[in-house]
Amino acid sequence: MRVALTPFRLNFRDNRTRGILYQCLCVAGVAAGGFYLFSNVSQNLARQSIATGFSYLWREAGFVISQSPIDYQPSDSYAKALLVGILNTIRVSILASVLATIVGTLVGIGRLSSNPLLARLMLLYVEALRNVPLLLLLFLCYAVIVTILPPVRDAFQLLPFVFLSNSGLAVPSLEWSSDHTIIAAALVAGLGLAFLHARHLRRRRIESGADQSARPLVGALAIVPPALVWLVLRPELNLSLPELGRFRLAGGAHLTPEFVALLVGLALSASANVAEIVRSGILSIRKGQREAAAALGLRPSHIMRLVVLPQALRVIIPPMTSAYLNVFKNSSLAIAIGYPDVVMVSNTTMNQTGQAIEPIALFMLVYLSLSIAISLFMNWYNARVALRER
Amino acid sequence: MIAEDISLSPAPRYRPSLSLKTKLRAYFGSPINSIITVGCILVIAWALRHVISWLFVDAVFVGTPAICQQESGACWPFLVAKIRFMLFGFYPFEEQWRPLLALLLFFGTCGTAMVPVFWGRHLLFGGLAACVIIFWLMLGGFAGLAYVPTSKWGGLPLSFMLSAVGLVCAFPLGVLLALARASELPAIRVLAVVFIELVRGVPLISVLFMASVMLPLFLPSGFNIDNLLRAQVAIILFAAAYIAEVVRGGLQALPKGQAEAASAMGLHYWQTMRLIVLPQALKIVIPPLVSLFIGFFQDTTLVTIVGLLDFLDTVRAAMRDPQWQGIAVLEGYVFAAVVYLIFSATMGAYSRYLERRFRVGHD
Repeated sequence: MRVALTPFRLNFRDNRTRGILYQCLCVAGVAAGGFYLFSNVSQNLARQSIATGFSYLWREAGFVISQSPIDYQPSDSYAKALLVGILNTIRVSILASVLATIVGTLVGIGRLSSNPLLARLMLLYVEALRNVPLLLLLFLCYAVIVTILPPVRDAFQLLPFVFLSNSGLAVPSLEWSSDHTIIAAALVAGLGLAFLHARHLRRRRIESGADQSARPLVGALAIVPPALVWLVLRPELNLSLPELGRFRLAGGAHLTPEFVALLVGLALSASANVAEIVRSGILSIRKGQREAAAALGLRPSHIMRLVVLPQALRVIIPPMTSAYLNVFKNSSLAIAIGYPDVVMVSNTTMNQTGQAIEPIALFMLVYLSLSIAISLFMNWYNARVALRER
Repeated sequence: MIAEDISLSPAPRYRPSLSLKTKLRAYFGSPINSIITVGCILVIAWALRHVISWLFVDAVFVGTPAICQQESGACWPFLVAKIRFMLFGFYPFEEQWRPLLALLLFFGTCGTAMVPVFWGRHLLFGGLAACVIIFWLMLGGFAGLAYVPTSKWGGLPLSFMLSAVGLVCAFPLGVLLALARASELPAIRVLAVVFIELVRGVPLISVLFMASVMLPLFLPSGFNIDNLLRAQVAIILFAAAYIAEVVRGGLQALPKGQAEAASAMGLHYWQTMRLIVLPQALKIVIPPLVSLFIGFFQDTTLVTIVGLLDFLDTVRAAMRDPQWQGIAVLEGYVFAAVVYLIFSATMGAYSRYLERRFRVGHD
């Protein structure tokens, strides 16, 4: 308090003065460095007569993108190509995260199995995947798909109507019409209503202690709207199934080998991390918690849902956030096997336009903003499940 | 002190002698357990059958690419023919004893550094001396060794050098960043936070791209820097941000009273940090740091994408050799995977050893 009251004097024995001086020096140093680099860049660009600015974004891209979730032609602009890259990145990251979560959770639980054989096998899985570089894993997956798998005419049939061959994976697909969109909207609305109703029921139960006798209504709210819309519209179900022809697979959706290799590689490597996270989360719940819940007369499903899971999630979610962020950032390795993600599209743009700074800045911005978005969402979710301390 | 002495010699683990029946119960205790056991045995048997038949039964041990093409198993002659290229890349063939020696010296230094008994000032000087000798061996140019430009470097020595030099340089930078982030001076804190979060929000590959494509633009004209050095700078900056976050965890875990007591004793900031805070904070974060190092050792493979010949890339180049193309696809990748697996698993085991060693009487 005394320090704050004394009038400010330039005294280098005073910590406060020195602090301000250090900060000024630091900021000035960073600013000077930045200015120096900036002046170098502008000189170099002028000397090599490289164009600057983002006007290239609206020019015709002129390159083919082998796989695109939206309609894209080489005659479209660079901006649209970039958008296709972003969508491709997001698509493969989300799918890989979902797969990794499912596989990783199973492996993590398997590692805690009382059966030593299963526990060791799962340990082997985790260790093998964690100790091999992801890039090598991607190359290996790609090589296996392209050179080891049989050609299309003797494709493996993994499941009914799912074919795996050296030209990728063929899966059934639905020809989407506006009717389907309406049904999906009805489903979302029904789920929303059911969620609201369930919350209302829970609140009433907590307030009055009355049992939830109206539980079937929750299910009905979720199912009835889409079912009604279905009955009214009666859409044609154009399910396109891949069928093995003589030389190629006809129908269905076709996933390229690059996509499959990237998806499998990312999911495998992330699943090992997820397994370790899930395992440590479950281990963090003391045995007494389960036993106390059982002593209170809770059913096993209730013990899991009300006692174990809420506590384990609290431990699991922060590292899971960084695991998902890693999947998202690691998807940039797509360029090594030729999947057209945002990095690869930017790289092609860079080579074609000769402008290096703008495409790199753009895709770094994409990664940064999406990373921040993912961490914000996960932090919000984490705050919801976190222990509410007084 | 006493607690530390006790922890150095762990109590012998209690191992009850189990009868065969108790042991079997773990595998066949309940119907579900029996099913799991049988399933696991089937999976292991299936995998072993394929691995053994690929590695040995159907394999070719001596022969030409043509013979390899006929057989379905592993092609050992490929490894024999290409091992030197895979390990050392385009380093001049007659001079390849130099990277080999450098590699051995590197392993020796690392092996010594891993033993806690040797930790101290001598190790630091020894490490620096080893570093100088390794660079002299690799680069040459004086004292009787022919000059070999960095563009000829490749293979395993390059991979190790990128990760080792990267981490050694990134470590002090990361510690400084962590201190800056924990600083009470707002401007310095903000600068550190911006740098750390910017770097952690983007993938390594974008930083590598930036270094290889944009760095020449950032430097004054006529000033050209080596391709290898560009990647090295990128790896250092990238690793520093991650190290800073790990070290920050250690700083936060330390009770505030330590730093307060130190300043009450009259130590100034740097003395407090050097003598009191950092030794304790760094000790806490050694195990996560080693895991981080394993990750970075694996991440150096990404330099292939900006055109450096690291180990993974020399393996791929060997596989693309016209003589062997399309014949030894699995062999090359499996060999590379085994090499990475051995080094990463060794470091992982070491990290677990340190974790046990540093667990001083808290639980």
